[in-house]
Amino acid sequence: MLASTTDYELEMRETALIVHPKGSWTIAQASQLEGRLAQDVAALTYTHVDYDMSLIEDLDTAGAYLLARAIRQGVSPAESWDVCTGSNGHKTLMQAATSAVLGREPEPKRQWYDAFARIGQAMIRFWNETVETFAFLGQFFVVMVKVIAQPKRLRWRSIVNLVESVGFDAAPIVMLLSFFIGAVIAYMGANLLASFGASVFMVDLVGLSVLRELAVIITAILLAGRSDSAFTASIGAMKMRQEIDAMKVMGLDTFEVLVVPRVIACLIAMPILTFLAMMSGLIGGLIVAWATADITPILFLNRLNTAVGIENLWVGLVKTPFFGVIIAIIGCRQGLAVTGSVESLGQRTTTSVVQAIFAVILVNAMFAILFYKMGV
Amino acid sequence: MDLTAPPMRAVGIRTQFGPNVIHEDLDFTVNQGEIVGLVGGSGSGKSVLMNTMLGLKEPEGGRVEYFGRDRNDLSLDIRRSINNKMGVLFQGGALFSSMTVRENIMVPMRENTDISLNLMRELADMKIHMVGLPPESAVLYPSDLSGGMKKRAGLARALALDPKLLFLDEPTAGLDPVGANAFDELILGLREAMDLTVLMVTHDLDSLYHICDRIAVLVDKHIPIADKLAIVGQYDHPWVREYFGGPRSRAALAASGLNSRETG
Repeated sequence: MLASTTDYELEMRETALIVHPKGSWTIAQASQLEGRLAQDVAALTYTHVDYDMSLIEDLDTAGAYLLARAIRQGVSPAESWDVCTGSNGHKTLMQAATSAVLGREPEPKRQWYDAFARIGQAMIRFWNETVETFAFLGQFFVVMVKVIAQPKRLRWRSIVNLVESVGFDAAPIVMLLSFFIGAVIAYMGANLLASFGASVFMVDLVGLSVLRELAVIITAILLAGRSDSAFTASIGAMKMRQEIDAMKVMGLDTFEVLVVPRVIACLIAMPILTFLAMMSGLIGGLIVAWATADITPILFLNRLNTAVGIENLWVGLVKTPFFGVIIAIIGCRQGLAVTGSVESLGQRTTTSVVQAIFAVILVNAMFAILFYKMGV
Repeated sequence: MDLTAPPMRAVGIRTQFGPNVIHEDLDFTVNQGEIVGLVGGSGSGKSVLMNTMLGLKEPEGGRVEYFGRDRNDLSLDIRRSINNKMGVLFQGGALFSSMTVRENIMVPMRENTDISLNLMRELADMKIHMVGLPPESAVLYPSDLSGGMKKRAGLARALALDPKLLFLDEPTAGLDPVGANAFDELILGLREAMDLTVLMVTHDLDSLYHICDRIAVLVDKHIPIADKLAIVGQYDHPWVREYFGGPRSRAALAASGLNSRETG
C-alpha cells in the first residue's frame, strides 16, 4: 500500500467551507485526525460544506465519519453539504456518514448512588427469591399430592437414572471426604484430650460430631455443589432450547416430568449417602484413635455404643430428607428461571449453589436449636 | 499484498474428516467487488468450505490464497491485517451475549485500532444506522433482539473495521420475505458504499436471483461451475437441474423477471 501523508486543507469561500482531504482516510489514521480537524473547524462560521475528494486515496466509513463531523462542529451546524469532486462510492459513503443517527449515550456512572442502589436491589432480590422459592415449594407439594393419588404417573425410569447420578456416583467422594473429616477430628482430640489423660473421650468426640452434624452437612454441601448445579444447568439448557415450551405444548406437566423425579431421587439418595458418610467418618476416627492413642477397634466400638448411643445416628439421619428436598427444589427452581441468554444460565447456576448451601446451613442451625429444646 | 489480485482463491482444496472426503480438487475464486452465492445440497460441505476459506480450518490438501498470496506463507502481521479486512456474519449472529449491541461492534475496534472511546462509540452507532437498526438498539443486549435484528447487529459487527471481504452464512435464513428482501437490498447498498466483495452461503433463491453476480455450485465434492445464473441454470447435472428447474426456482425467477421489468 502507498504510504502517502494523510492531511487536509480547509478553504473558506464566502459562507462555504471546502475541505480538501489528502492521502488515506481510514480507521488506522482516525486517531491522529480526530482532534485536529475538530479544533480547526470549531472557530469557523459556514453554512455549507463542500468535499473535494480528488486527492483522497483511500476512504472508509471511519474517515467519512470524521469528514462528516465537520458539518456539525462549526460555530453553528452547516445547513447543507456536497461532494464536489469524487466518485460515486465516496458520495454513498458520505451519505451514510452524514445520515448516521447517534444512539443514547451510556449512563454516566455515579459511584455512591450506584453502590446504594445495588444494595437496595440486592435486598429486593433476596426477598423476591425467598418468596418465589417458597411458592415453588408449595407448588411442588400440590403436584406431589396429585402424583401420590395416581402413582402410575411417577416416572420410575428417570428416578432410577437420577438416583444413580445423584447418589451412586457421588458415594465414593462423599465417603472419602467424610473419612478425612473423621480422621481430622480424631487428631484434634488426640492432642487436646491426652493432656488431661482422657484420650478415650476421643471416641465421644468423633462419634457425636460425625453422627450428629458433620456427615450430614458434608453430604448436603457436596450434593448442593454436585447435583444441584447439574439440575440447574440441565433444566436451564432445556429451557434455552425451548424443550420446556415443547413439553408444555404437548400437555406434559414440567413439574411432574422434571421436578418430581429429581426431588424423589434426592430423597432416596440423601439418607443413603449420609449413612455411608457416617460409617466412613467413624472408620476414619477409629483408625486415627488406634494409631495415636492405642484405642483398639473393639474398645472404640464399645465406647461408641455406651457413650454415644444409637439415637445420635437418628438425629443425623432425620435431617436428611429435608436437605434432599431443599437441594432438589432450589436446583430445579433456578433451572426453570433461566431466560434466553447464556449469561443467565451461568448466573442461575451460581445462585442455585449458593442458595442451596445457605439454606442447608440455615436449616441445620434451626434443627440444632430444635433438638436442644427437645433435649435430644 | 497485491490489491488487484482476487481477494480470495482456493486451489485444489481437499477436506476430509477421517475416511470421509468432503472436498476433492476444489477450485474456487472470488473476484474483487462481486457478490458470489454458494449453493449446494444439505451436507455437501458449504459451511466447511466457508470455514476453510476463512482460516478457521486448515484443508488437508491444496491451498487458500488471499490477494494472490498463499495463506500459509504470510507473516503473522500480514495475516492479522488481512483478517481485519474480512468480516463474517455467522448464522445465528454470534453476538457476544454479555455485551450490548454497541459494545459488540466496538470489540474489533478496541482490539485493532487506537481511536478514542468517543469516536468508537459514534462509529458503532453509525454502523448500527447503516444496517438499518433503530438507534435505541445500541444499548440493547442480544437476548432482547429478534432474529432479524440479531442478523443485522451481527452484520454491523462484521462491518466494524470496514472489511473488503464479507462472508455471509445463510444471511436470510429465518427472516420473513419482507425482512429478507430488505436484507438483500442492504447488502447491495453496502457493497456500493464500502466497495465490498461478498461470499454468501445461501438457500434463498430470491437472493440468488436478485443480488448475486455469480453462483458457485458445490456438487460431487467440488465446484464444477461458478458463473452467471443463466449459464449455471443450463449446466448439465441432475442436482443443478433439479435445483434451478424446480417449482420454487421458477417462481423466484418469475418474480425477479417481473422486478427487473418494473425497475428497468
